[in-house]
Amino acid sequence: MASHKSSFWILSGATLLWLLVFFGGPMGALTLAGFAEKGTPLKWALDFSAFGRLWDPVVAKALWRSTWMALVATTLCLGVSFPVVYKLTRLPAQRGKFFYFLIIIPLTANSLILTYSWMTLLAPDGWMERSLQWILAGTQEDPVRLLYTPFSVCIGLVYWYLPFMVYPLYSSMEKLDVHWIESSRDLGASRWRTFTEVILPVVWPGALTGCLLVFFQSFFSFVVPELLGGSKTLMIGGLAQRRFLSLPQDWPMGAALSVSLIVVLGLLLTLISLGVRKVLNKKSDWMSPASDPQN
Amino acid sequence: MNPRSSTQAPKAHPIKTAPFFQWTLSAHFALFFLFLYLPVITLMIFSLNGGRYAAVWDGFSMKWYGELFQNRAIGSALKTTLNLALSSTAIATVLGTSLALGSRYLSPRAQNRLESICYLPIMAPDIVLAIAFLLFFTQALHWRLGLVPMIIAHATFNTCYVGLLTIGRTRTLDPSLEEAAYDLGASRWMVFRKVTLPGLWPSVVGGSLLAMALSLDEFVIAFFLAGAGANTIPIEIFSQVKRGVTPEVNALATVILIISFLLAGAGLWIRNKDQT
Repeated sequence: MASHKSSFWILSGATLLWLLVFFGGPMGALTLAGFAEKGTPLKWALDFSAFGRLWDPVVAKALWRSTWMALVATTLCLGVSFPVVYKLTRLPAQRGKFFYFLIIIPLTANSLILTYSWMTLLAPDGWMERSLQWILAGTQEDPVRLLYTPFSVCIGLVYWYLPFMVYPLYSSMEKLDVHWIESSRDLGASRWRTFTEVILPVVWPGALTGCLLVFFQSFFSFVVPELLGGSKTLMIGGLAQRRFLSLPQDWPMGAALSVSLIVVLGLLLTLISLGVRKVLNKKSDWMSPASDPQN
Repeated sequence: MNPRSSTQAPKAHPIKTAPFFQWTLSAHFALFFLFLYLPVITLMIFSLNGGRYAAVWDGFSMKWYGELFQNRAIGSALKTTLNLALSSTAIATVLGTSLALGSRYLSPRAQNRLESICYLPIMAPDIVLAIAFLLFFTQALHWRLGLVPMIIAHATFNTCYVGLLTIGRTRTLDPSLEEAAYDLGASRWMVFRKVTLPGLWPSVVGGSLLAMALSLDEFVIAFFLAGAGANTIPIEIFSQVKRGVTPEVNALATVILIISFLLAGAGLWIRNKDQT
């Protein structure tokens, strides 16, 4: 295949141009809007005051909430799906596949509708709330409320972003050979030691990918806190949306907020992932073909 | 054709573990499925509720389904949704496939770089993309909001999905097949039609189906770009839910859930049969 470069540009040029204009363009507009002057339509300028308006208690609160909600959601996602995926790969192949499909099928449905389905389940005076009130009768002073609380937001985040954890976890758990676990146990290793020295080295890359994805996405989630949260659970996504679509509008500030968070969080998560990789790569040494057991 | 199935570890091999550990694991497994299906089943049951209020059962009735099919707003939202999904998928399939075809002339390193570019729009949080598109279309290009900006925005991230899937597939193509076709005197077009395209076909079809599903599912970007009068089904559901009492949304959501469960189930079943 001669003249590689020109063949590439003839075939892919249109797509690259499209991405440059319709992805590069919006991203450029977003960045520049952070420096624009307030008002609709925007006055393009080089003005840093929008970044100054980020130092605001409302922003700080939303940041704090996004951070810990995303952390809780990530932990729950990992904690909930790890044993499930482990069990899936231990089942006989046909049954394992059946249950895997049973997990995937509801998660592929429209996420907005799935979130709405939690609203019907947790609804005030719904059957869930009533059963809880019946169980807890007398122990609580106020009636139990489920919807429009941090609890319902976390549940909704876990439900929405579960696929981001299940897929990578499943594909790395598939590589785990039962015989390795067996040998480790037969050779006298404790269950904990088998977990840290056999299971973890195989599974952590998938778990790490899953955690980073779930954290990053749920940090910016807009729909879940909007539907399942109340006035006290405003997160970053909702704040940014309000600066654009409801009063008081402040487009430069919304843009500055999005850009700085994407940059800061992107860098932070890259550093964390590199650090974790460095530490855990040592643990997985025994798996790589380079480490010969003889030396 | 699945490379994984041959290397998979033999399964169904019992491990000697304490019964308590096994029991906890099974209980967790069962609870997980309860967690997955309980909200969906509750929603479906309450769509048959006669009363106006979501939480209180007021006798069996199909009346909300009847009202659903007479609702004008939902009818026009359905039209917009399908229009958006089909148009953006068509653009994305052409652009994504041509990107993948071109990528075969690149070095492996450049191919990886191309893939990283495709990951950017996919990884970006939807709210940030939505804001960026809104600013770009209204403040930089001075366009009116509506269907066209929505199609362009959806086509952009869908192109990346189709591109990634198809670039992955091009790596499994055997170049000697095409060389053989050239040696036998086939023209460039013939080789493309008879050798290259059939090799890429599964990922092109898979990619466009994925793109369609994502476009039907997408809410936030469409919400920002719809303006007045280009509501999609997700936007319609969102605004009705925000407004409060929503017996019709239950019926609509149930219909959509059942359709998508059937489609997803059929898709997985076909793929599974394909592999074994």
